[in-house]
Amino acid sequence: MNTNSELNVSPQQAMMASKKDWIGMFFHALFIASASVGVISLATIAWFLFSEGFTAFKEAGVINLVFGSEWLPPALFGIFPMIIASLVSTLGAVLIGVPIALLTAVFLAELAPKWLANIVRPAVELLAGIPSVVYGFFGLVIIVPAIEVLFNVPAGNTVLAGIIVLAIMILPTVITISETSLRALPPAYKEGALALGASHIYSIFKVLIPAARSGILTGVALGIARAIGETMAIIMVMGNAPAMPGSLLEPARTLTANIAMEMSYATGIHASALYSTGIVLLVFIVLLNAGLLYINKKRAH
Amino acid sequence: MRKVITLITTIALFASPLSFANNSVSVSGSTSVSNVVEVLAETYQKNTNNRVDVQGMGSSAGIIAATNGTSMLGMSSRVLRANELTPFLEQTVIAKDGIAIVINESNPVSDLTLSEVNKIYRNKITNWKQVGGDDKKIVVVTREASSGTREAFERIVGLKKSVNGIQVTNISPSALVGNGNGMVKTLVSNNQNAISFISLGSVDDSTLKVLKINGVVSSDENIVSGEYQIARPFIFVFNKNVPKEAHDFMQYVLSDEGQQIVEEQGYIRVK
Repeated sequence: MNTNSELNVSPQQAMMASKKDWIGMFFHALFIASASVGVISLATIAWFLFSEGFTAFKEAGVINLVFGSEWLPPALFGIFPMIIASLVSTLGAVLIGVPIALLTAVFLAELAPKWLANIVRPAVELLAGIPSVVYGFFGLVIIVPAIEVLFNVPAGNTVLAGIIVLAIMILPTVITISETSLRALPPAYKEGALALGASHIYSIFKVLIPAARSGILTGVALGIARAIGETMAIIMVMGNAPAMPGSLLEPARTLTANIAMEMSYATGIHASALYSTGIVLLVFIVLLNAGLLYINKKRAH
Repeated sequence: MRKVITLITTIALFASPLSFANNSVSVSGSTSVSNVVEVLAETYQKNTNNRVDVQGMGSSAGIIAATNGTSMLGMSSRVLRANELTPFLEQTVIAKDGIAIVINESNPVSDLTLSEVNKIYRNKITNWKQVGGDDKKIVVVTREASSGTREAFERIVGLKKSVNGIQVTNISPSALVGNGNGMVKTLVSNNQNAISFISLGSVDDSTLKVLKINGVVSSDENIVSGEYQIARPFIFVFNKNVPKEAHDFMQYVLSDEGQQIVEEQGYIRVK
């Protein structure tokens, strides 16, 4: 037995080693598979969009499509007004939403008494869970009539209504991520600032926010992605007119709204033009993300 | 080898419903028509145990599906275009639908002429006082491009123009666009200055006012007699040698019971 034990152990060890190896390999494969789901999805979506939208690009011409100002399917497919509408509504939402979100995040992380933070934080988190069709309905019933009264316009379904709804919709994303990154800062930053004689407010704006910049920018990037990709709420409040909006108080149609509204009926080159609208949207999102990534990296060094 | 098996299984899984669906009737096309055909299909299934699958995806798609045999019956809410007619394609009108011109109930206007409607949608008339209403700007609401209702409305009211030889809409691009009858209803019932058009069968809201056109009320009799002009046919399109099941269903739709349902759904019977 004793003499055999050595012999017995070594195959066991060998087996354990091989078993371990097998488990390791399995998890390795699992990690790779999981990681590739996102990439493969993106590649498939891009390939699908390009193959479907190619006909429209070929027949209408990239310039006519991207810079054309008349959307008259199945003859003219100019989506320039929609590009402008998407950009303006997203920019407006960021200009209004991000400062509010940032101040809320600072308030929650630094200033709010615990009982108040316990009310505000769940409220913000709940805001993230509200479906966009409800935001749209809220906009249609509250914001649209309010704009009619405040600005004395015949119809409140305007770019401004879209901006306000989008600004509210991006709040939870930006607030949650900014607050998390503010809380993740080493306490030494704040203590150091205070020890040097800086006031609390001064230390927030000059030390904490700059130090948490990377996280805050990530939140802003996700907020922008949500705003530019939002469809349902925008269809309900922005009026969807395919003409170039002359001001914030005129209706407009975003790229996403264009796809969602007409896809169910479109055939032939009209359908293809809607896919090419998707391509333009994809390009914009890639450019936006790349831009923010660049800013983030540049500032970090 | 495993790949081949997986592939075969997948194909078999996808194909199996097809083999079961042999004796069921497939109907696809106009979303407006599918509203009433879904109800018809439901009662037909109860009565005969024959399956009817209804899919709303737009008139153009329905006509294509009937032409290439993807569906046994295609539904269209507009007259077929010349390039859609093929020698082996037949059509039957199963119902008629009026298109109601609607405004907010608080608007004093109650009557417009067809040419006034035309001018309003081309932005030539922009204020309600030009047609006998209050001094308020008109908010024009339309449906999304290539919706069957919009297509029929444009044809009847003469809102088409030609660009590069292709017929396109002449409705002002600054008009608000609602996707679906429901959205249009919400927009008009919430805006005192709005005007729009919806399928007569879906007018049920007391906050909307249906306008007389050229002095004619959009009643069933006036639509059947042709006096109310803004109306369209609901059509079944099908291949000449379509299976018997499809003919049976079509016969049911045109029967007294079927036409009764058509009427109950707010559309106009043809028999």
